[in-house]
Amino acid sequence: MKTQLKTEVNIGSLSLKNPIMPASGAFGLEMEKAIDFNQLGALVPKSITKLSQPGNVKPRVCETIAGMINSIGIQSKGLDHYLEVSVPAFARYNVPLIASVSAESVEEFVEMSSILGNHPNIDALELNISCPNLKGDGKAFGMDPYITEDLISKSKRVANVPVIAKLTPNVTSIQEIAIAAERGGADGLTVANTLLAMAIDVETRKPLIGNVMGGLSGPAIKPIIVRMIYQVAKVCSIPIIGCGGVMSGKDALEMIIAGAKAVQIGTASFINPTAITDIITEIHTYMDAHQINNINDLVGSVEI
Amino acid sequence: MKSYQAVVLLNRQVSKRYWHMIIDTTKLNSPVDPGQFFHIRCSDNQSPFLRRPLSVYKVNDNTIEFLYLVKGLGTKEMSFIEENETIDIMGPLGEGFHLESTARTILLVARGVGVATLAALAQAAYFQGTHCVVILSARTNEDLLAADFLKGFGADVYSVTEEEGTSAVENVKGLIVNEIFEKFKIDNIYTCGSKRLSRLAQEVAETYDIPGEIALEEHMGCAMGACFACVSDIKEEGIVKSVRVCIEGPVFPLRKVLL
Repeated sequence: MKTQLKTEVNIGSLSLKNPIMPASGAFGLEMEKAIDFNQLGALVPKSITKLSQPGNVKPRVCETIAGMINSIGIQSKGLDHYLEVSVPAFARYNVPLIASVSAESVEEFVEMSSILGNHPNIDALELNISCPNLKGDGKAFGMDPYITEDLISKSKRVANVPVIAKLTPNVTSIQEIAIAAERGGADGLTVANTLLAMAIDVETRKPLIGNVMGGLSGPAIKPIIVRMIYQVAKVCSIPIIGCGGVMSGKDALEMIIAGAKAVQIGTASFINPTAITDIITEIHTYMDAHQINNINDLVGSVEI
Repeated sequence: MKSYQAVVLLNRQVSKRYWHMIIDTTKLNSPVDPGQFFHIRCSDNQSPFLRRPLSVYKVNDNTIEFLYLVKGLGTKEMSFIEENETIDIMGPLGEGFHLESTARTILLVARGVGVATLAALAQAAYFQGTHCVVILSARTNEDLLAADFLKGFGADVYSVTEEEGTSAVENVKGLIVNEIFEKFKIDNIYTCGSKRLSRLAQEVAETYDIPGEIALEEHMGCAMGACFACVSDIKEEGIVKSVRVCIEGPVFPLRKVLL
């Protein structure tokens, strides 16, 4: 008889039935038509901002080799719409809802954490301290360890759910920021976000992105993210959620073996609309083939 | 919205820059409306990385046809696909054109590959007994390749090209106002493919109080409404709104779109 595969993982007090969830920038209710949300480990809708905002100028995406650059700029209908429309719609699924939060200041992060982190239908917060498309030439809150620690600890104090910090890869030492987030009380770390990038059309000599620079995602960045997961896992003891360039179950497993407890899928869904659920199936197949009964046994199992 | 593999029945170059593809849609269990599009994976490799949106050119019982301009990496890769190979397609997607059953004569204003989108509408109009008048604008006479296709569906086709020096917006305006409006009573206007011609269509539609629609084209990421890459501005009741071309469009009321 086949052993029941154990795919449940925990991020702080949050329990996920499997380690696979969408990356916030690449997920919305509209994808109900493509995949069964009840199969996912968690739901992570697009980052929410306090007030509605229009996003960046066009073109907002361009293609690169094995990847894409985006500068969407968090187009958002604002917190009120999120609470009135999005949260009830996601709450219909029997899957934890992780609210991705974006804000303009530490105070605004705290204010939103207080509202969202005490909502009965929100199970965790992912603080997006790493979006490279906002003001300041791609600068993000998460580039400074002091701001990171302060922001996380203040948000943590007012939220009643696990708080995950989504780190930026656009730093010299991601470990330094990861340690700061852990010190601030983060329950988990998403490693990482898109890499600040630029592409130019040599015929017109113009940037391919309206905002000049944007965030690179896709398989081109995966080896960098795997390295960062490995580095962060060595210095932090809180769970890591890998994010960046996963296209297949094998890619997700690579991140888990490097030290991630869960994995987010973003750009892959643009290429294959059922990528997230396909990856869950591929992980089951792998576990079966390698006689891994518990996914947690794979976390950080890289042999050096 | 799931993607599936469709057999390519034909993929042939029809002019210097345009290709014609026919795919088997026997497995597709969904009607396809003119103006809708498919999100197509151009190759199995990771470059070109993103899918490409292609609007339907012709809809048949068990096949659909695309007319595409080989412009960049993705369409170049598509041109290498051989007959009997399969292609990964997702669709039909988006909101198509609305064709009023009472419309007797409609005007289509197309530029370049925009004709591929409007040709499907001409086909649907023909089958419901609506007459089409088409303005085809292109760089060269060779690029006016859908003219015969449209004439086959009973359309009156007016061609304007750079090559012949007839495609300037003022010329086209004169053609619409002095020639077409003199000859036909136009019930609806539809446009696709050029900002300048769309602005003209918008102006004419407003001046002569003719309802119209436009099919917009934008760089797309997911084509599922999740990524907000393909946005465009429209004006509703005096308020400017950002809409997603992939899911709220690609077809919008002409008077609402900010061009």
